[in-house]
Amino acid sequence: MKVVLRNPRRELEVPAPRTVAQLLTNLEVVPESVLVIRNDTLATRDEHLCEDDVVEIRPVVSGGAQ
Amino acid sequence: MKCRRCREPAVIDVRRHNAGFCAACFTRHCAEQVRRAIEDHDMIAADERVLVAVSGGKDSLGLWQLLRELGYDADGLYVGLGIGEYSDRSGEHARAFAERKGWPLLEVDLRTTFGFDIPEASKAIHRVPCSACGMSKRHVFNDAARSNGYDVLATGHNLDDEAAVLLGNVLRWDAGYLGRQHPILAAAPGFVRKVKPLVRLGERELAAYCVLTGIDYIIEECPMAAGNRHLGYKELLNEIEERSPGTKAAFLFGFIERAHERFAGDAVDERDDLHPCPECGAPTPADICAFCRLRARATRQIPVRVET
Repeated sequence: MKVVLRNPRRELEVPAPRTVAQLLTNLEVVPESVLVIRNDTLATRDEHLCEDDVVEIRPVVSGGAQ
Repeated sequence: MKCRRCREPAVIDVRRHNAGFCAACFTRHCAEQVRRAIEDHDMIAADERVLVAVSGGKDSLGLWQLLRELGYDADGLYVGLGIGEYSDRSGEHARAFAERKGWPLLEVDLRTTFGFDIPEASKAIHRVPCSACGMSKRHVFNDAARSNGYDVLATGHNLDDEAAVLLGNVLRWDAGYLGRQHPILAAAPGFVRKVKPLVRLGERELAAYCVLTGIDYIIEECPMAAGNRHLGYKELLNEIEERSPGTKAAFLFGFIERAHERFAGDAVDERDDLHPCPECGAPTPADICAFCRLRARATRQIPVRVET
């Protein structure tokens, strides 16, 4: 399964875990800090993943001090 | 996971609400949260002109679209900060969005208008870039809104932004900042009203809203913000949120509803003793306003210390 990470953009090939939640756990990503986009569609934490999926993990945390 | 409202398959889960939403119900949820924030705090009257500060990012572009969809007369303002290719790309996203929608976008470029950019200003005052950036944006936003006849300035500060700022203010018990931290900052002589209509939406919700409604925002983060204290507070709060969903909202909304009033007097004191800056006319408690002193240092006109 291809995983696309951002800032900086990079790609990983990883064995497909069972769910989105497990993928984030394996990558040590805090779910609250990202959106998961599976094959160009938003994915919820309980969604199942397949070996031929392309999954983007898009950070949502932004901003300088105000 | 099913949509909480219509039972169709969900595309986004929001643990704070213990709910999943389909695309249609989620975009409706976002609009409802913005409408509620505006109504709860009397942010914008129906006939008022709104200037939205847009950066090309998810929050500001999402806010502009949400305000328009709620029927407000909202135009955009983009400030060119001169942060290399990042500013070039963020400007492109803001312009492309405005053009696609056919909505007016005002632009102010710091270098063209004031003769400096953020990297230069940061070096000149020996402070982190976010300090010079925040000061410059506050000045330009207020000045642009006043000089172009807008009633209210709307910024894309979301629930996560405000919770992180609150955490920083509480850790330092900064009474003046706590007194000013509110979804609405009333107009005062020389100051246009400032509102934060996204205060009820987290940044994950804003990002999802943009993806679901086709808003092409800049995903790249400002290179000058990397590692700053504000982002550190957000990381900490997200780890707490993960263990205890709803904590960020409880922290922020509890402050607004039950604690803000206790600090309001400290903020009023700081805005009472102001006079027009002789350089630019902006209200200031000092001889020359902080922005003009920053500009002087950045353009090497006069060697004065900037205090913010």
